[in-house]
Amino acid sequence: MTVRVQAEPFDPAAELAAFTEGLGDVGAIAQFVGLVRSGPDGVTALTLEHWPEVTDRKLADIETEARTRFDLAGSLIVHRYGRMQPGEPIVLVAAASAHRQAAFDGCAFMVDWLKTKAPFWKREETAAGAQWVEARRTDDEAADRWNAPAGSGSP
Amino acid sequence: MKILYFAWVREAVGCDEETVALPAEIDTVGALLDWLADRSPAHAAALADRDRIRVAVNEDFARPDRPVTDRDEVAIFPPLTGGGAHS
Repeated sequence: MTVRVQAEPFDPAAELAAFTEGLGDVGAIAQFVGLVRSGPDGVTALTLEHWPEVTDRKLADIETEARTRFDLAGSLIVHRYGRMQPGEPIVLVAAASAHRQAAFDGCAFMVDWLKTKAPFWKREETAAGAQWVEARRTDDEAADRWNAPAGSGSP
Repeated sequence: MKILYFAWVREAVGCDEETVALPAEIDTVGALLDWLADRSPAHAAALADRDRIRVAVNEDFARPDRPVTDRDEVAIFPPLTGGGAHS
């Protein structure tokens, strides 16, 4: 299992190739790549602030939880912080397992929990200025659908 | 007590951290937020809408009834918005 938090851009294809190389006998890998999107508001840049002392540990906790819940043979989270442009990858999540369902579920679980449990905050720049992105209720609902145990609610 | 601020809470308060001497009667996260809001108009504005405020005590996410003491480190920030595209 690997967790990396970095300011530098990354190449999802190269990351996935390296991840795959390090795996044993698996039958399925599911991956998710989150990108900066210009969207209807015309976002020109995105800055992700994070809490350096805590981010790595929270991501590792999410990965550990995924491996406990699903039969994963390997997992990978690469998350960027700092300023980035539309089209650039923000986050890569991958889950490997013997079978496809565990890989799909493990990957989706990590993505959903990331959004509500890892200390990142997005700030978008548009022609009208810069604005912090508000959290969405649907993000909480997505995280909750995995039935978080009592006491581990989203912050 | 050391207080950390992140994202727009940091901008609204006007600093990324500060050290405060916590009165003994301020013993929960909720009481701490009320007490901090009285420190300045900037604090009051930053902490006005508690639905938009999240707190961690010693790096663990905490609810308003979580006990605190002067030896704790408390972080105050908006709801988290990490991950990929949000819309």
